[in-house]
This record gives sequence, C-alpha cells and structure tokens, in this order.
Amino acid sequence: MDELDKLLLTVVNKNARVELEDLAMMLDTNVDEVKKRLSKLEKDKVICGYQTVTNWDRTDLSQVTALIEVSVIPERKYGYNRIASKIYRFEEVETMYLLSGKSDLLCIVRGKTMQQIAEFVATRLSSIEGVTDTTTTFVLKSYKNAGVILVDDEDSRSDRLVVSM
Amino acid sequence: MTKIVAVTDWWCQCNMDYSKIISERASTIKPSGIRRFFDLANQMEGVVSLGVGEPDFTTPWKISDAAIYSIEKGQTFYTANRGLIDLRREICNYYARRFNASYDPETEALVTVGGSEGIDIAIRALIDPGDEMIIMDPGYVAYEPGVILSGGIPVKVHLKEENEFKLTPEMLKAAITPKTKVMLLNYPANPTGGVMTKEDYEKIVPIIKESGIIVITDEIYAELTYEGEPCSLGSFPEIRDQVIVVSGFSKAFAMTGWRLGYVLAPKELSAAMTKIHQYIIMSAPTAPQYGAIEGLRACADEVEQMRLSYLTRRNYVVKKFNDMGLHTFKPQGAFYVFPCIRSTGMTSEEFCEALLNDQKVACVPGTAFGESGEGFIRVSYAYSMEELKIALEKIEEFLKKLNK
Repeated sequence: MDELDKLLLTVVNKNARVELEDLAMMLDTNVDEVKKRLSKLEKDKVICGYQTVTNWDRTDLSQVTALIEVSVIPERKYGYNRIASKIYRFEEVETMYLLSGKSDLLCIVRGKTMQQIAEFVATRLSSIEGVTDTTTTFVLKSYKNAGVILVDDEDSRSDRLVVSM
Repeated sequence: MTKIVAVTDWWCQCNMDYSKIISERASTIKPSGIRRFFDLANQMEGVVSLGVGEPDFTTPWKISDAAIYSIEKGQTFYTANRGLIDLRREICNYYARRFNASYDPETEALVTVGGSEGIDIAIRALIDPGDEMIIMDPGYVAYEPGVILSGGIPVKVHLKEENEFKLTPEMLKAAITPKTKVMLLNYPANPTGGVMTKEDYEKIVPIIKESGIIVITDEIYAELTYEGEPCSLGSFPEIRDQVIVVSGFSKAFAMTGWRLGYVLAPKELSAAMTKIHQYIIMSAPTAPQYGAIEGLRACADEVEQMRLSYLTRRNYVVKKFNDMGLHTFKPQGAFYVFPCIRSTGMTSEEFCEALLNDQKVACVPGTAFGESGEGFIRVSYAYSMEELKIALEKIEEFLKKLNK
C-alpha cells in the first residue's frame, strides 16, 4: 500500500460517496487509477463495505442497541476463534471485538426491542457451550457514531466572515 | 427618548476637523483599495464565499478542553511577559523537532497576540525612519502598513507566476540597496500558496548573509506544506543571527480566534521585541496559552488530518480551475490557489465584482495583495468539499456566460 492508497482510504473513510471523478481530482490522478485502486483494496479486504452512518433515533424504525460483554472458556488449539465464530454469525451481532481485561468478547447487538435482545442473550448467547458469563448494557442515547456527532449542535453554524485576508 | 435626541443634537454640533487631529502616520496608511468590494460581499445575502483566510475546522477539542480547564482552575492571571515557560519550551521543542531550528525558550522565544503582533513588534524593533524594508508583492496586507507606521520605506519585490511566486536570488539582489535593513518573507505564502523549499532558500541564504540584512520570516503556514518537508529560514545556521521567525497557532491548529502566535529570534533581537511587547500587550491571553501547550504536545494527528484534507481539496480546486480554462499553478502550501484571470480580459477587481453580482460567489481580487496581483484572484479552499463543489460550479457557469 503506497501513499496514494493511504490518502484514498483517508478520503473515502470520511465520505464513501465521493464521486469517482471528484476522487480522481482530489488525489491528482485519473478515474481509471482510482477504480483500479478501489477494486484492489476491496479485493484485498482492506475496504470491507460501504455503509451509512444512521441516526436511528430520528427514524420511526425502533432500534435498540446493547453492548454485551461475554466471558468464555478458550479452547485448546482454537483459542477464542471458534467460539467467537459461533457468536458473530448471529445476524443480531453487528460488531464484535476480542478484548483484553475482565471480559473476553464485546458484542454490539441491535434489535427492535429490549425483549428481543434479552431473548437473544438468554436463548442464543448464554446457551453456547463455553460461554460462562454475559453482561448486557443497553444504550440510552447515541451521541457519536463512526466519527460523526449525531446530536444537535446548536453552535455548528459558522461565524466565519465572508471575506478575510 | 428626549435624552437620545439631546445626544444626537450634541453630535450634530460637533465639528471637529479630524484630518488635523489624526496623526500623519495613521493617515498615510491607505485603507484597502477594494474596501467597496468587501462591503458589497459582506452585505449581500446568500453569498457563497471562497474568500476567507482562516481554516474551516474548529479548534481540536483537546486544545479547547485544556484552555477551559485552565479557566476552571482559576488560571486567569497575566503570564510572564514572554508567555508561560511551559509553552515557550513546547514551542522551541516543536521548532527543533519539526523544522530543525533551535531556540532557547528562556531568552529567544516570545509568545504574542497572534502572528500579527509578532510582525508588528519585529518591524518596530528594527525599522527607523528612512530605513528600507523589502516586502513581497503580491503579499499579505499587513506588512506594508507595518513598515509605514515605523516611518520605513517599503521596497517591493514583484513576484512572478512563472517562478511560482518564489523569491529568486536575482530579484533579491536587485532589491537590496545600502538603505535596506530588513526583508520580510512569508512562505508558504498568502495569497499565492507559493513555497520556498530548502533548495530555494539555499540560493538566497548567501545573499542574506553577505548583505547583513535582517529577515523576518512569517511561517504561519509552514505546517501546511504539501510536497516534501516544510523548511524554516530559521534552520540555516549561517544566517541564524539575522533571522526572526514569526509563527502561531491560527492556521495549522485552527485557532484564528484565539489570537496566539510567537516570535523566535536571537537573544538581543528577542529582548528588544519583548520590551515593546511588555508595554503594549503585557502578556498574551492566558487561557489560549494553556490550550496551545496541549496543542503542541498532543495534536500532531489532528494537524496532519487537516493537512490531508487541504491537500485533497487543493488538488481538486487546481484541476477544476485549469479545466475551466483559468490557468492555475499548483501551489505547494497554505490554503489558497491563485488562478490567472487574464484570459477573460477583465481586471481582477472587475472579475470578482462581476462574479459576485452574477453568481454571488466571493473571491478576493489579487490586487488586494499588491499591484503584482493584477490578473489573478485569490481563492481559499478552507471549505468543505461540498461547498467547494457548489462554488466552483457557479464559477464555471459564470465563465460560460462570459464566453458566449
């Protein structure tokens, strides 16, 4: 990966919807080169997808998010990976990390209701062999997601002068 | 109500002849020739501006947080005249690490109210009536009045686009006279975005050394250099005793409103400037100083992220202007491009005024920065990509109409 790839990643990481023509101009190259590099990054699984940063609180689609810390017993030969795969394959698990510290795994889980998530924890997650403990914490409000502040910012209006030297 | 009328009456009766009262020096400073244009732009509703000289980013929160915390702790007193010693140490560390120029925080660093104060006190400390000071044209608007206020004579070097607005050894030699005392450089440059690289400086350093002049180098945009490593004129040991570095936090750290800058200079020069500073300012504002310490210690990543944003915008804007048919050289620093509008047959001011009236897009006529700015406009890219796209589409529309 060279400097241009890094710059390309920096730009699309902030805004994945920049048009190819604009990207080419921003990177001082041509559209074919950008296409080629993006395909390569996608093929190499550096870029794994393009999603929106959605503030579900502003929709009428109810969404409940929970952070679930999971303690597990690692397996000889497989370590955490096999048991992890049993968890992250569930649709409900949006994001999952292996952690240092007290718990082993952190799952970010989304559901329509608290009950749905509670049921997921009780019937799917806790019952997996090797899971010894779960701690579920529900999200009350999203302030920031993927680098974007989601709450109203009263002061975001720009006070800059129209012309300054 | 009656009272207000009475006051108004009093004002009407007042017929002081202020032209006899305002000092000759203050009168000599010309108000900007394009004041009328700025008034027009600032009064118009819904203007899409490409006219600002400050970042669009807000200050990194670590800096704001440190400044707020200092206020909460009651750190609301004057600081030492030269500024907080911790800040001076950080500034000197930063200049050593980033620009390979070493200064002593105790005796060679001075914290000022923006780079602007640094420029002012540097000129005041050096210029006597009749002394010549070399400045660049086009150049930032504050330098010439600074010289005039000290009774000095501004001598302009007319920079050329074909040299990317760099100062060449020939130009410098031609400008130096026996009366030359000071030269003021500003690279990366406002308004052109021109940069002097290490190699460029190496060509003029021997001339500076031989002539014995003092160089004030305004390096406020140094961090915003897009190709190669930024270079400070303070990093050349052979002329170290002739260089005053002026910089600050406004541009790279997005802190324009905080008004915080600094001056790095050899001990004797620093002492002379500190003397002026201690009487006219006392000390730079305290909370911004605490913020700036944090900025220098912990915000290198934020600064780099902003630089990368400017870099991609610069590439975009330069390409767009050239595609539109306005020849634009690719500047290596700051956040301005300087497109040439001669192909339209208009003057800079005519072009900017017509563009403002037709598309409500505000750019700054090159002539605001001196006569050598004629034929150019200054376009700032301290705007989001979305804003730049809209503004550039409007400029394209304007040019299409012109060509019809």
